[in-house]
Amino acid sequence: MKSKKATWIFGMTAIVVVGLVSMVGTRKIWAAGAGPSPGGIEVKIDNFSFGPMTMAVAVGATVTWTNYDDVPHTVVSDDKTTFKSKALDTGEHFSYTFLKPGKYPYFCSVHPKMVAEVVVQ
Amino acid sequence: MSDYIEKNLDHDGVDRRRFLKCMAWAGTGTLCVLQGGVLRSFALSDVLQRKIGNISGELSFVQISDSHIGFNKEANPDVTATLREAIVKVNALPTPPSFVLHTGDLTQLSKPEEFDTLAESLKSLKTGRIFYVPGEHDVLSDNGEMFRERFGQGTQGDGWYSFDQNGAHFIGLVNVLNLKAGGLGNLGREQLEWLEKDVSGLKSNTPLVVFAHIPLWAVYPQWGWGTDDSEQALSYLKRFGSVTVLNGHIHQTMQKVEGNITFHTACSTAFPQPQPGQAASPGPMKVPSEKLRELLGITDVNFVRGKHTLGITDSSLA
Repeated sequence: MKSKKATWIFGMTAIVVVGLVSMVGTRKIWAAGAGPSPGGIEVKIDNFSFGPMTMAVAVGATVTWTNYDDVPHTVVSDDKTTFKSKALDTGEHFSYTFLKPGKYPYFCSVHPKMVAEVVVQ
Repeated sequence: MSDYIEKNLDHDGVDRRRFLKCMAWAGTGTLCVLQGGVLRSFALSDVLQRKIGNISGELSFVQISDSHIGFNKEANPDVTATLREAIVKVNALPTPPSFVLHTGDLTQLSKPEEFDTLAESLKSLKTGRIFYVPGEHDVLSDNGEMFRERFGQGTQGDGWYSFDQNGAHFIGLVNVLNLKAGGLGNLGREQLEWLEKDVSGLKSNTPLVVFAHIPLWAVYPQWGWGTDDSEQALSYLKRFGSVTVLNGHIHQTMQKVEGNITFHTACSTAFPQPQPGQAASPGPMKVPSEKLRELLGITDVNFVRGKHTLGITDSSLA
């Protein structure tokens, strides 16, 4: 009886944990916010440029862009559909998780001279 | 540098390809008058000290630009206050302007409350009407839908339009939408077709005033200060004797004359930006607070029918 209850609690806890993890996972795929950067792989938006301009990451990696400029910028894939952030004000960030290998050129749709690329291997 | 520059243009005004370029910070200011094919450019200080005769015409209007309501960083923590100062300056003109053109970047982040503050502030302008074109900051999240709802009623396509006033033809263009990776400002095929049609029925002696946010000439493409398809647009205007192009975006006054076309950019009412290439990026320029108002301002334009005269005066808020 006791072990069945323990199993049940373990099972429910696992479901809740998996649920939470998957929620976090979902948020990470398409997330923007203010405050400190969530860490991990970061691209700095500074002086009207993305740094680094070219970045190689592994499949499944989450990249976070943070705007350090006094003007709003966006992070938009060249095809304008794969990923597209809202306008990021100073200190705001946007994250995207790359699930497929390939080249992902992107730009700032407000200042289109700002171009860069993520290469997923 | 002399106080004024004179340049003879030929009768049709189009075959002189060398251009005259003058650049002045609003702190000094420039007055430009085109009279019978001669462009004259004066230091504003001379005008204010009445060293130059009256250039008032039968139409005068004012250009204001780049209010960036919502911006609150170090370069200018109170952009609403400096906009109000610009309005006071306009209201102090001896002749109230027939209308005011706002050449974009009304807001910093296209937020409804920012548009509200802008509209509310401009209610105190003593003028007949205010015309707007959007800047890239006004179309951040909805391709300009909110901007057009509020400031672009009755416009065509993405918000372009034209109107006639005292014999001059005014054209408001939108070059901040559908920007392409690696590109500059963009007018697009649909708008170009509209423009070609819009001017097709006009006599070549009709003075044209074209206004848009991003410069329609290559000021400094490295910083995105230009428009990819502006050459195409300007080709439709070549047969006209007098064309004035008014832009914002670069937060400083700059002027260039090429053939029949006079290009002019206005100051911001919010914060200055660096001269082309003189900083790591075109971001807001931080200046000592006592210097700020010297670098912000308004542009006053006078037009005299028959003489093809457009006088452009930039005034700082200082």
